[in-house]
Amino acid sequence: MPDGPKLLDPTKVRPYGDDLGDGAVQMSFTLPVPYSPESAEAARQLARKLGLRDPAVVHGEDLGGYSFFIVYGHTRESVDVTQIRVEKIETNAITREAADEKIRRVFGRKLVVVGACIGADAHTVGIDAIMNMKGYHGHYGLERYAMIDAWNLGAQVPPERLLDVIVEKKADAALVSQVVTQRGFHKQNLTRLVELLEAAGVRERVILICGGPRIDHKLARELGYDAGFGPGSYAEHVAGFIIEKLIERRRLAATT
Amino acid sequence: MHLDLPPTKIARARDLAVAIVEPVLAQIQRHTTDSVERATLRLMGLEGATDEGVPYPNVLVTHLKARLGEGLAPLVAAAARDCQMSLAELARRVSLKVIDLRKYRPADPQAARTHAERLLRAGLRRIDEQIKAREDFVATLGQGPQPWLYVIVATGNIHEDVVQAQMAARQGADIIAVIRSTAQSLLDYVPEGVTVEGFGGTYATQANFRIMREALDAVSREVGRYVQLVNYASGLCMPEIAAMGALERLDMMLNDSMYGVLFRDINPARTFVDQHFSRMISAYAHIVINTGEDNYLTTADAIEAGHTVLASDLINERFALAAGLPPAQIGLGHAFEVNPAVPDAFLYDLAQALLIREVFPDHPIKYMPPTKHMTGDIFRGYALHTLFNLIGVATGQSIQLLGMLTEAMHTPYLMDRALAIKNARLTFHAARHLGENLELGRDSWIVRRGAEVLDQAIAMLEGVAREGLFAAIAAGRFADIQRPPDGGKGKDGVVPKSPDYVNPLYDLLAEKIDARRPETA
Repeated sequence: MPDGPKLLDPTKVRPYGDDLGDGAVQMSFTLPVPYSPESAEAARQLARKLGLRDPAVVHGEDLGGYSFFIVYGHTRESVDVTQIRVEKIETNAITREAADEKIRRVFGRKLVVVGACIGADAHTVGIDAIMNMKGYHGHYGLERYAMIDAWNLGAQVPPERLLDVIVEKKADAALVSQVVTQRGFHKQNLTRLVELLEAAGVRERVILICGGPRIDHKLARELGYDAGFGPGSYAEHVAGFIIEKLIERRRLAATT
Repeated sequence: MHLDLPPTKIARARDLAVAIVEPVLAQIQRHTTDSVERATLRLMGLEGATDEGVPYPNVLVTHLKARLGEGLAPLVAAAARDCQMSLAELARRVSLKVIDLRKYRPADPQAARTHAERLLRAGLRRIDEQIKAREDFVATLGQGPQPWLYVIVATGNIHEDVVQAQMAARQGADIIAVIRSTAQSLLDYVPEGVTVEGFGGTYATQANFRIMREALDAVSREVGRYVQLVNYASGLCMPEIAAMGALERLDMMLNDSMYGVLFRDINPARTFVDQHFSRMISAYAHIVINTGEDNYLTTADAIEAGHTVLASDLINERFALAAGLPPAQIGLGHAFEVNPAVPDAFLYDLAQALLIREVFPDHPIKYMPPTKHMTGDIFRGYALHTLFNLIGVATGQSIQLLGMLTEAMHTPYLMDRALAIKNARLTFHAARHLGENLELGRDSWIVRRGAEVLDQAIAMLEGVAREGLFAAIAAGRFADIQRPPDGGKGKDGVVPKSPDYVNPLYDLLAEKIDARRPETA
């Protein structure tokens, strides 16, 4: 055996601790039983059942009736990263100036974008980050775009009202934020909106986008949205997507 | 560690808050609301709901809507007496359309008033017993040192909340807040009974309050420390929740004079009338209110908008004093929300925390954790919470709402809360006397920053005083949110008092508290 560095086999990728292929993972969890040597052993056995080799319960404590554990171990599993395909939003973020310029050139008018936190959800942090003038983390929101007419309806907007505003403002795109996800709450609201838009015959006239900390593009597509934006998305990603999608639709319309 | 702010400037800021709030108080005193009348009926002992779940207070207020301006307490008390039945039975028959009170006039208005007063005194006696029970608990068990560790439970199921709350108490929590189901603030009624399903929280109901209070009393005895209970007197049912909280011995209530207007689009007049009445009840019941200034920083930048927090704290303080709350019951809010990417972010937050502490020395101020800058990186978030806790203990905050490392992901798991308590205990233990061992240079950056934010707050208050609070809110001076005076939810529930309006509760509360009251003829 040569003494050189180990080479990564991309068809068999394992977590890395301090040795390529060691499969080291860390995890923590609560067991609904008091802390005792027996419950610590239960934590170790659980880790083994999860497939971890040499699990070590490095910490355990009582939480006042239940018990908390930190466990390290080594997985035997590996993944073939060469075979992975992820559904991604195919868009390139463009700067605000470039977006304004492109809208002016291609459409010759302002794009109308409405946004809301629908249903009972009261958490506006997401929609505000994308839409508000000030934006988030130094990324200005859509309200600051010269060529975007942005309407942020805020929190707890009934899907029916959002539909009315989409029709009334002749919106090019609608942004829907959902933060509360307990018991599938967000999916009910998001589905309801799509059903309303379809029933009103306007689904195809608007680019429908959802966003939130627990939302990804795949889920959004499954629910009937054009795109889903998760954490780390800013106004320029959303603006870029809207512009490209509108251009694509226009091209499709021209060829049929 | 002190900023040593000029007392003349702080006095100037307070004078401006008086000038801002005074005209609003005049308007408050000319109106009643659906929820004020429902809360009064609840304090008279009306509980229960129809088979369809419509609470009896709503049944009567809806039925007598055209006569709200007279004040419903004497009318309802006299009707129940004339019919020789309980208030609940009266409401039940009204809901079945067996009894119609819309044209009813008590034969003897003075007797009607006396009867309402008797029922209200019985309700206040229940509150008196709760005050006594709390005092006994605190005298025998004591309380933890400040900053108090304040944690949230939010499972949606009151029975699961109990499990989480009792364990949090055993881990060291001093205060348990049961987060409400999302959107409860916009319900124009208080749900009835025990609830086991909610979204992002658990419904505030009187039955749920009672279950959690009993559970915390039990665990208080076990851990040898009185554990306090918090809920939300906010939204369209603010006065009713305050009344229920007083009856069931909650110790703190989220209660802000402007939050509902700005962040829930509730009608401004509705909110101002409701908050005044709610605060009178909390003042009577020895309940500490918590205000929500942290919300200003959830979207606005914490450096640019730091002064809006202080300005709003001063307005909230003025409204609270006018409702009879002493400083010791006014838990004004502020937050640790400066973007950690900013160089010396910790110094900005430290200056802001010292500023609020010094302007409100006798108030149980409430320090809120970072939320806006929390991400899925729980390790980074946990480190940020250590910085937050260090400021909390070093600047002598009264109530420390502990951050959860999974803030950006889901409602707290049991272990998330346990880790938050561990972080706070470790930090407080390690630095309990840090603040009193440090002095800031008179020309240090932190001292100058504190003075700068105070100056900015004064300038803002001057502007609001010039244009008036309603106009300032309409112009988006607070949180960049514009709310016109005639807009918002619950507007139809605001009713001018007629010249013969009677609600004996105002007089009864005034026996114990020093609130500004409606001018009576």
